[in-house]
Amino acid sequence: MSALPVAPPAASAETEPGPLALARTVASRIATTCLVELQKLRHDRTELVTRAVQPALWLLVFGQVFTRIRAIPTGSTPYLDFLAPGILAQSALFIAIFYGIQIIWERDAGVLAKLLVTPTPRIALVGAKAFAAGVRAVAQAVVVLVLALILGVHLATNPLKIIALVAALLLGSAFFCCLSITIAGLVLSRDRLMGIGQAITMPLFFASNALYPVQLMPGWLQVVNHINPLSYEVEALRGLLVGTSARLLLDFGVLLVSAIVMIVIASALLPRLARG
Amino acid sequence: MTPALRCVGLRMKFGDTVAVDGLDLEVERGEVFGLLGPNGAGKTTTIRMITTLLPAPPGAIQVLGRDVARQRTAVRRLIGYVPQQLSADGTLTGRENVALFARLYDVPRVGRADQVAAVLDAMDLTEVADRPSKTYSGGMVRRLELAQALVSAPQLLILDEPTVGLDPVARDGVWDKIASIRAATGMTVLVTTHAMQEADEHCERVALMHRGRIRAQGSPDELKDALGPGTTLDDVFRHHTGNALIGDNENGGMRDVRAARRTARRVG
Ligand SMILES: Nc1ncnc2c1ncn2[C@@H]1O[C@H](COP(=O)(O)OP(=O)(O)OP(=O)(O)O)[C@@H](O)[C@H]1O
Ligand SMILES: [Mg+2]
Repeated sequence: MSALPVAPPAASAETEPGPLALARTVASRIATTCLVELQKLRHDRTELVTRAVQPALWLLVFGQVFTRIRAIPTGSTPYLDFLAPGILAQSALFIAIFYGIQIIWERDAGVLAKLLVTPTPRIALVGAKAFAAGVRAVAQAVVVLVLALILGVHLATNPLKIIALVAALLLGSAFFCCLSITIAGLVLSRDRLMGIGQAITMPLFFASNALYPVQLMPGWLQVVNHINPLSYEVEALRGLLVGTSARLLLDFGVLLVSAIVMIVIASALLPRLARG
Repeated sequence: MTPALRCVGLRMKFGDTVAVDGLDLEVERGEVFGLLGPNGAGKTTTIRMITTLLPAPPGAIQVLGRDVARQRTAVRRLIGYVPQQLSADGTLTGRENVALFARLYDVPRVGRADQVAAVLDAMDLTEVADRPSKTYSGGMVRRLELAQALVSAPQLLILDEPTVGLDPVARDGVWDKIASIRAATGMTVLVTTHAMQEADEHCERVALMHRGRIRAQGSPDELKDALGPGTTLDDVFRHHTGNALIGDNENGGMRDVRAARRTARRVG
């Protein structure tokens, strides 16, 4: 038997960590989770492909048909160009919502307990999950964007815009991932979460500007659209990718604040999830 | 010297169910201590309180002199924990599973890979270390979990039913590893089980738990000798619980079936 590591002389942190140590831990845990997420993606590349089927269908069928029949007026922008960022946001949304289901699975399998017993503050654990969802969304976005290019969508290639696009995806995914974890923390069971997950993702998607311009919506839907973070994500993605008008400062502001608020709420509910 | 673990008047209720009902426990440093009891006795609940997963009031639990309620992070750094379910991440390789926990316990980057390799080797997993852990047998997953718990060099190793759902050979393998870990590091091991026979063979001291309380405590030999020659730990248990049969608890049944199914699914 080879040498097992023996306990260090003194446990480093005897007191609860201060804000600086907390920030360091959060950063370190995010890096770790990000790495693990990439390892998982490397082991299961088929997932990138299977998850690309749905966005591909939206672009190919819905996008092509509606471009041809010109049912949705999008001004000088071809409908397919208009749609591509919306589908990008949709695929990120579906990935992020899945994280709530995953965390319940992790709870049932004892994985969550093991993670919670490590010296990792709850907020770091949730923050790391949120970031992981973003990493997956970005990986998925590459596939969707390549597809869009093949279909002839005119996409921006300015590196600054690409960086901003990645940021928008990360923030949006963080929000929806933590929304899903929050619901998981409230309903505590996978079956109930799956039901609720479906009951909210579709409305979130249809009550957003992903498929049609805001101006076409009836008044009440415009109101919903205003409080739907997905719409701000789509607006930012669309502005960056195809150059439609976007209130980028407002979009990023809303995404950032809603992501932070949701991370805090989800962290507060995590112990409840572990207890259940 | 403070004990490795001290619990005083520990209590936990879930709704109307009293899971832990005034539990007192003291585990000395360096021993392999068995917490024994039938399904639903409250073993897992006790462990979850010790590991900070369930809240405990200040003063109720001390791990190596640190109060679990007040010095949560310090306590977490001191313990290694293997839950009742088989809980490795199947999509990651064995090595990635262990490296993840090395990072989560802030094992310094310099020497981290060596430390991961060393614990994998100590658990006889070097050859399969780069295979996804979903291809492992139940015994291998358990040893992988031991490796995950050991990579941070904890001072108190807590194992919840480490042999449940394993075949006899895999069970012996796990107990062998527990013995060699203790011999190599001198760490304290707290293990729960409902297999009296296994505890008799492998634990230096045991506590018999029934309906949330410790009914008897001591070395297996002490406990058996007190009842006269030819007795087993099963007899001791019955003696102290007024002839309750193992598995007699009204609450444990269904939950255990579910847990066993879950384990079977993950292993199978
Ligand atoms: N999260 C929970 N919610 C409600 N009741 C619970 C919960 N966890 C445990 N219980 C109840 O508390 C009691 C003790 O359960 P516990 O899991 O601690 O027993 P155990 O000794 O670990 O049993 P087993 O051998 O089945 O693992 C049981 O009656 C159980 O039904
Ligand atoms: Mg148990």
